[in-house]
Amino acid sequence: MQRTDTAPKPVSMPKLSRETIVNIAVMAILLALPLWASSIGEDYYVNLASLITIFAIAGVGLNFAIGQGGMVSFGHAAFFGIGGYTTGIAAFHSFEETLFVAMPFAISGTNQMLIIWIVAMVICGIAALAIGAISLRTEGVYFIMITLAFAQMIYYFAISWPTYGGEDGLSIYLRNQLPMVDAESALTFFLVCFILLLGAIFVSARLSGSRFGAALGTARMNETRLATSGIDPFPIKLTGFVISAMITGLAGALFAELNGFVGPSMLSWHRSGEIMVFVILGGVGRLYGPVIGAALFVLLETYIGEWTQHWQLLLGLALLGVVLFARGGVMGMIAGRARHD
Amino acid sequence: MTKPVLEVKGLHKSFGALQATKNVSLDLKPNEIHALIGPNGAGKSTLIGQIAGWITPDSGSIYLDGEDVTSETVASRSRKGLGRSFQVSSLAMEVSARRNVMLSVQASQGSSFRFWKQTKSDEELRETARNWLRKVGLSGREDIAVSELSHGERRQVEVACALALAPKALLLDEPMAGLGPTGSIQLTEFLEEIRPEIPILLIEHDMDAVFRLADRITVLVGGAAILSGSVDEIRASALVREAYLGEEA
Repeated sequence: MQRTDTAPKPVSMPKLSRETIVNIAVMAILLALPLWASSIGEDYYVNLASLITIFAIAGVGLNFAIGQGGMVSFGHAAFFGIGGYTTGIAAFHSFEETLFVAMPFAISGTNQMLIIWIVAMVICGIAALAIGAISLRTEGVYFIMITLAFAQMIYYFAISWPTYGGEDGLSIYLRNQLPMVDAESALTFFLVCFILLLGAIFVSARLSGSRFGAALGTARMNETRLATSGIDPFPIKLTGFVISAMITGLAGALFAELNGFVGPSMLSWHRSGEIMVFVILGGVGRLYGPVIGAALFVLLETYIGEWTQHWQLLLGLALLGVVLFARGGVMGMIAGRARHD
Repeated sequence: MTKPVLEVKGLHKSFGALQATKNVSLDLKPNEIHALIGPNGAGKSTLIGQIAGWITPDSGSIYLDGEDVTSETVASRSRKGLGRSFQVSSLAMEVSARRNVMLSVQASQGSSFRFWKQTKSDEELRETARNWLRKVGLSGREDIAVSELSHGERRQVEVACALALAPKALLLDEPMAGLGPTGSIQLTEFLEEIRPEIPILLIEHDMDAVFRLADRITVLVGGAAILSGSVDEIRASALVREAYLGEEA
């Protein structure tokens, strides 16, 4: 609350809010650690940073639905998994040199990440359009449950599809390729993920500040107001849901690359819960919140999980603390309440 | 013969055995304030809900500026020119008054599917919203979060939101509620001021305000419009006294 310095400043620097400083610090740490780890040849930590980054992207996607549009989706694992399976299936057909679809058009697999990302996002968008069109007719707890139900449907579908591994999942034997850079290198792959995270946050911020974002934000705060102002809430919310799903789908595609594997666990409801934990832990509606949330989650899992398999107890306590005492998540604790204009 | 701006014809609505709206017809002509009064439980809210589009009538039709809008959504009716305020203000509380009005301005300018340009730096949008807030008397209060405004000010923000959509008719649901004497007088003056431009359908409990403002009054009792007439006719009616004023006064 120290915003009352009225002394005239001859040269006024653009004053950074505390949240901006936290954002910059978080991203700087996330970038610096793997650079350092790579320089001493510890690729393990680089991959850990990649995992945080990928989870953060998934969280940024869900955060757009929850924090901006007020749509508490408990089924975002569907999009995470669809992104992952798109990668796996494309790589599978590319590796086996078989066709994905033979009739009426021949669609072959590919090992080009750029193409896979676009296809993954498009497929997620279409899936979200269908799921959202039905789910968004409900509200509150019903919306949570129906998104969960859709994700479970896709989960069981993946399990019962033997062509692509069924319950065993699908290995990606060779990491897919990017033009000009060596995606096999752990550090390069991290940097690619990091840039995509920045891109996802940037897009999310731009959209939130646009006319569309104003409408979507009002859908969260007061849907009656939105309709009374002459804007139909449904198409606005559906569009927001689709955008959210596409971002999370991209994260799923990257996750499959990182692990060299896709399995039904990517689609399970645990995963939906985890993505939601990133958002809540970091701070709902805070642009960089999911980065903090994902980092805490991965670090707890890695380091506490090292000496006890009950690390989730600690995660649960952390989550409880955040929900009870810091409505704005960790970001809220450090940077104070979100500011609106 | 002036054409009515808003016309309700033979509206029926039942909830189970309860007939909340029984064959209600009324209209709103240019330049007039038409007050709708009735005791609690008379079906005022249900009627308003149907006119605004939240409740679908069982039968009957609603015309806005000659166009049948019975099957249109709330948002579509707002765009076509039905402005409204709520009994309990319905605004986005966390953001500023200006942000609330900006949303109406953006809706009046067309599609909200614009994804890139930032509203924060859209001077035209911000300035138009500021002008509407000035018009309702909220200069200097634009940037305050609605949650920190008084009841009266919130009502003013709502009216500014409605005006920003260039309405053909206003539907005001108990605008005087919770205002206090000064606020009430100010709002009465303001409604007088906009009456020549925008006719108003006024639902109000404050009888002084109704008798001062209204050109016509319709009395709703038990879901039916039992009487409609000028202020003097309503005042003189024994039927109304018995059904409504008798209970209140």
